[in-house]
Amino acid sequence: MEECKDTSISLPRLGDKAPDFNTETTHGNLTLDDFKGSWIILFSHPADFTPVCTTEFIAFAEIYPDLQKRGVELLGLSVDSLSSHIAWARNVEEKTGVKIPFPIIADLSKEVSTAYGMVHPGQSKTETVRCVFIIDDKHVIRTILYYPLSTGRNMQEILRIVDALQTTDKNGVATPANWNPGDKVIIPAPNTQEAAEERVKQSDYECVDWYLCKKNL
Amino acid sequence: MACVSPDGKPTQTGKKVLQALRDNGVSSAEKVAETTGVALFRVRSGLRDMVTADLAEKVGEEFKITEKGIELAD
Repeated sequence: MEECKDTSISLPRLGDKAPDFNTETTHGNLTLDDFKGSWIILFSHPADFTPVCTTEFIAFAEIYPDLQKRGVELLGLSVDSLSSHIAWARNVEEKTGVKIPFPIIADLSKEVSTAYGMVHPGQSKTETVRCVFIIDDKHVIRTILYYPLSTGRNMQEILRIVDALQTTDKNGVATPANWNPGDKVIIPAPNTQEAAEERVKQSDYECVDWYLCKKNL
Repeated sequence: MACVSPDGKPTQTGKKVLQALRDNGVSSAEKVAETTGVALFRVRSGLRDMVTADLAEKVGEEFKITEKGIELAD
């Protein structure tokens, strides 16, 4: 009997180490290790010289200084050639005055997009969908967002997620729905009955009940 | 290559990196990034290019400019 070989590719998930890469970009050859100590937002777009992607690249360029202040580097990717990326970035600058300041991976071999699960055949067999991988400074995947080809991404939400993750890491708290910097944060719920009783008595917390208490940072 | 053109000459960013190595002596990638204001990931990639192009050499975990690098730094 012929043995069945599992050829499926396992997609990276939250908490996984980001897959390594060694790839050509508009800023030269880059490896994951080159970003050691930095947070990274690795995002894919379907194709150069397309309308939604152009608006997104301008928007990513606009938030790049805000990301850098948070210790985050941006890295774009599509299944296009280096020449195409360079021509497109030059065209965006010429037509809109916006310089694309971050590198873009030319993933013609689909090596990186396959490792990160960026091609969704139900959407397109040849193009990457709009993925966003937020990778922390230890190169652990912390957030994955997928958008369809027709929907441009929300930069404020991407910034908000980075702020939420970094706030969580720094303070050991969680963030509620629609949280923004400056809002109250959630204190981890107690894990014993005694701690639950003590929690509701704490006057400096705003508690709905023992399991949902907030505080100012 | 980020810092070395296909003709073997350093780019503007490449020259900044070479000048930092020339002026500061043996340096880490972090020190070069701090001196030049070039993003650390680009410095790491650029130094790799420069070692390949014989413009810099690795000294343990740090980097040193070569004679060829000194010639092309300006």
